[in-house]
Amino acid sequence: MSKAAELANLIGNINAGGGGVNRNVIINGAMNVAQRGTSSTGLGASSGYFTCDRWLLAQSGDGRLTMSQDSSVPTGKGFANSLKLDCTTADTSIASGEFLQIVQKIEGQNLQSIGKGTSDAKPITVSFYVKANATFNFVCELNDLDNTRHISKLFATTTDWVKHEITFPADTTGAFDNDNAASLNLTFWLHAGSTYSDGTLNTATFASTTNGNRAAGVSSFYSSIDNNFFITGVQLEVGQNPTEFESEPFERTLAKCQRYYQRWQANTSYDSVCMGQMTTDVFWIGHYKLAPEMRAEPTFSADGTFKVNASNGDMNASSIALARATPQVVAIECATTDSNRQGQGAYLRAGDDSDAFLEFKSEL
Amino acid sequence: MNITSAQYTKDDKGQNYAIKIVVGDRTYYVPPSERNTDYAEILKQVKEGTLTIKDAD
Repeated sequence: MSKAAELANLIGNINAGGGGVNRNVIINGAMNVAQRGTSSTGLGASSGYFTCDRWLLAQSGDGRLTMSQDSSVPTGKGFANSLKLDCTTADTSIASGEFLQIVQKIEGQNLQSIGKGTSDAKPITVSFYVKANATFNFVCELNDLDNTRHISKLFATTTDWVKHEITFPADTTGAFDNDNAASLNLTFWLHAGSTYSDGTLNTATFASTTNGNRAAGVSSFYSSIDNNFFITGVQLEVGQNPTEFESEPFERTLAKCQRYYQRWQANTSYDSVCMGQMTTDVFWIGHYKLAPEMRAEPTFSADGTFKVNASNGDMNASSIALARATPQVVAIECATTDSNRQGQGAYLRAGDDSDAFLEFKSEL
Repeated sequence: MNITSAQYTKDDKGQNYAIKIVVGDRTYYVPPSERNTDYAEILKQVKEGTLTIKDAD
């Protein structure tokens, strides 16, 4: 796209109520943040967040894959990473209810500028780069969760990076809730059984969701263990014109991701976590500050070996659990070995375990 | 979410607070917040009769 055309598109979107800074509603569209890790194998049995932040791998079926953050990117576009799926177990006998999706769930309060459900509703443009090992027809869907409405479009892959720019028409029916719950799913369908594909793809306008019309015509990522799929540069913006991907500093993307997932990760064997107090000789409670504030009170989990240190002595920590949670602060508690230190200040630390971590999750 | 067990835990006041769940080989503590989607999923599975939350120890 020429600079003149880019400027014209941007101005057009600004006039339509979009454009400008923060125009990309998608978080981590460049796949730069991967707090959970950069590769996860054997996926397919259940849905979840595994590698690149904010990107849900939703699936049901017998196929299996490896999901990873990859360094393959379209040349000269300013990207460093992509999200890669690599088929490891094929599934050519597709049961009716099977599906494989890459999904980003979006809060309703971040979608209000679209004006959906009003006479001033605006179109939505989605753009992204994809590559695969062969030609596939996959589906890009906008799924309005508040009003059970959707619209889908096919896009094709080749063996080289291709940019797709898809404009979805304005929908004057069904407003997005103005809250912090999920209102819209941007979904990339890569495999679907007849439940989701035995109708006619709903491409013209948003319509009440009919499952069979959601992914009609989709190819199957699981057709062969030779298959792979890459995606990066995902952008969803208000307006009818696609603009160049909105780059942002890594720390800004990370902070956006941490609204939904935060991780304390040990780097060396005895890294400290947070301060607290021995409330009895065998019980510690401490407070961990969440930064930034999370979307909601988070689910908590701990993995690895931890110790509590008081009066320059380590006590083994066990049964690390959540005592209380707000979106800003969580209270963590654990049992300790008996040390006659009731009332002393004490801190939680990794227990000679450089792989220990804590997770705080408030995904949509 | 395939939750294999669920049990209430008590806070420092002795009241039921987080729900300890096991998913795969991981243990999670879910706060009782309707804004937490894991909590919403637990309530859904309880309502459907596929999950029972044990009392706290």
